Amino acid sequence: MGGFIDVEVPPPVRIGLSGFEEKGECKRMTAIGSIAGGTAESGAITAAPLVIDSLVKRFGKLTALGGVSLELHTGECLGLLGPNGAGKSTLIRSIVGRVIPSEGRVAVFGASASSAAARRDLGWVPQELALYPRLTVKENLAAFGRYQGLSGRKLAESVAWCLDWAALKDRAGDLAKGLSGGMKRRLNMAAGIIHRPRIVLMDEPTVGVDPQSRNRIFEMIEALRAEGTSIIYTTHYMEEAQRLCDRVAIIDHGRIIASGTSDELIANAFAKCSQVLARFNGSASAISAWTERHGGKLVDSTAEFTIENSTEIVGLLEDAAKAGLVLEDVSLRRPNLESVFLHLTGRELRD
Amino acid sequence: MIFNIVRTALIALKRDRAALALSFILPIAFFSIFATIFGGAHDSTPKIKVIVVDQDQSRASKELVKGLERESSLILYTRPPAENKNAKPQPDYTAATAEAAVKAGDAPVALIIPQGFGQHPVAFGPDAGGSEIQLLNDQSDMIAPQMVAGLLQKAAMTAMPAAMAEQGMKYTDKYIGGLTEAQRKQMGVNLKELQQLEDERDADRKSEAGGSDSGSGFDGGGIIAVKSRAVVGENKRSPMVSFYAAAIGVMFLLFTASGSAGSLLDEQDSGALDRVLSSRVTMTKLLAGKLTYNTMLAFVQLIVMFLWGWAVFKLDLFSHIPGFVVMGICTAFAVAAFGMLLASLCQTRAQLGALSTLLILIMSSIGGSMFPRYLMPESIQKAGLFTINAWAIDGFTKVFWRDLPVSALWPQVSVLVVVGVALFLIARRAARRWEAT
Repeated sequence: MGGFIDVEVPPPVRIGLSGFEEKGECKRMTAIGSIAGGTAESGAITAAPLVIDSLVKRFGKLTALGGVSLELHTGECLGLLGPNGAGKSTLIRSIVGRVIPSEGRVAVFGASASSAAARRDLGWVPQELALYPRLTVKENLAAFGRYQGLSGRKLAESVAWCLDWAALKDRAGDLAKGLSGGMKRRLNMAAGIIHRPRIVLMDEPTVGVDPQSRNRIFEMIEALRAEGTSIIYTTHYMEEAQRLCDRVAIIDHGRIIASGTSDELIANAFAKCSQVLARFNGSASAISAWTERHGGKLVDSTAEFTIENSTEIVGLLEDAAKAGLVLEDVSLRRPNLESVFLHLTGRELRD
Repeated sequence: MIFNIVRTALIALKRDRAALALSFILPIAFFSIFATIFGGAHDSTPKIKVIVVDQDQSRASKELVKGLERESSLILYTRPPAENKNAKPQPDYTAATAEAAVKAGDAPVALIIPQGFGQHPVAFGPDAGGSEIQLLNDQSDMIAPQMVAGLLQKAAMTAMPAAMAEQGMKYTDKYIGGLTEAQRKQMGVNLKELQQLEDERDADRKSEAGGSDSGSGFDGGGIIAVKSRAVVGENKRSPMVSFYAAAIGVMFLLFTASGSAGSLLDEQDSGALDRVLSSRVTMTKLLAGKLTYNTMLAFVQLIVMFLWGWAVFKLDLFSHIPGFVVMGICTAFAVAAFGMLLASLCQTRAQLGALSTLLILIMSSIGGSMFPRYLMPESIQKAGLFTINAWAIDGFTKVFWRDLPVSALWPQVSVLVVVGVALFLIARRAARRWEAT
């Protein structure tokens, strides 16, 4: 598979912000599948750190990726969100060359993702603790550094930098298997960037760590960004995505269904709407009928409505009283990234 | 509650195919192998290869050879077997080539029937005027010479009636004819001689039983005089040490190699394999690196084992360094490749543990790691040639037992290297499942 250098470039398409069909009424706002077009802006194709073009991956009858197109900008942190089984890992593995796409292409600074140049520019932090447990922290870093072609002074310098970056200098001689969960996570990250790549793919790097380690990991990521590293960051923690990512792409059923900044996604999903959450005492059928009548939905016995104006609450509650429902609790909530995520991907369990 | 615990354990066992295999298949497999080897399931008695050199070519010697040929437990060779059907027949063995063949391990026993044997085929000992048949043997096989010596006497009794009658007449004429006073006197003298001979035999047996086994001596247990001589291993202080160093060594090398190759599965589970393969390391380089490491590990294991044999059991290691290094590296390479293949075929460590235990124990039992192959039926001996153990043990035996030069190791070296390369190539192909999909 060649790079993007010689590719005929389709007309520029704005990525993200077009994932929703705005109907003008908050309650009827729906997602409409993958973002349109999908190829990147023509001017940035050769310079863009990472361009994914119409990527399709099929495993037998299962289509894991159904035509994903994304572009990662220089120094950008792009959050990749999606439910379990949505295609996040397949996408990441396609980028690092562990999955061969059925269709489409991945270009790293214009070069094919499978090229040696791309390997040098890509760093991968897998979700698993992909370490050698019986090697020390330093030996782990040196081993993965050598696998990336480092040697001699360059390797020593890189190991030293990583130990410092991951705050593991004091534990350099400790066996990896003896480290705490947070330290293992940091070592896992350091092993992924030992060759100082220009693009780093991080697959849920904060799984199972305490708040202190998580904060430290955030600082490490911010330090990378300060150096101009471009990052794709997958996570299930929406607050992490909101804190760290310049843009967020939401993937579901193998397609990017929305992308943009958090504010853009919220605005597109909910405009200026807010969410009303109300709980009642009363017959289940009455509550259900009332919720349906007002275009809301019942989630765990809580009725959820999206409203444009807070004065609409009064009308809702009056009608509830008429229906014989006794109000237990009501709250007004400004939508956040999680609201967008659930709104777009639904609440059904995926695994 | 006990029932619940039993039920849970049964469900777990049912799901763990590796444990199931170990629980049921392994014992059955071993039972079958041992039953075949020792239980007479097929051809119960292992056939012994015997080289016969008839220097006499008399009626008596020819009858004796025919008698030996009729023995179902012997395979007689008067000339080296042809390599293929169209090959030109080899010349008959001579005393020298027969001895060389025993030294080379082509047969454990050679019989040399000397010129003049037909004149006195039946003789009560070496002083009776008869010619001694020479029995050349390989000390590593302690059973074959005893069997051949016994069957030789049986063949003499049954296969040479004319010679026996002729000799009987001679003895009758010699000892009984006329029964004159002088003859009686003569008979008394001869009987005394025979009694003296009996005493000498008893003395010989006692000294053989009490003294060190020199591997040679007069085998006067029958009517044919046989002089046995060990042509291989006569100077070895600990005959079986080198055999068991190789035999046990190879078996444990196989276990170590498969266990070590299992690191691939550990790395697969931890995700390290994915990470390594996403770097500049290719699958071929990764497997080649693992193969090199496992080969080195196995070779070091062999060095340690043979050094232990040298230090504790007086194994003559330092006189055989070139042969040991050649055989050690080739064996280590083959077992390392075997381990790589198993690891690349298995999905989990548990599978690897079960499969490797099953295969290695079977290979070791029929390949000669548990007991010498010459004790096994011919069919099992042939099956043993499909194992790494058999070729490795044969090679080490050539080095340490037969004192053969490195050049004589070419069959074992060739087989082990070819097997190693083939197993590695299959392992590489099986490892495609770890590559990008």
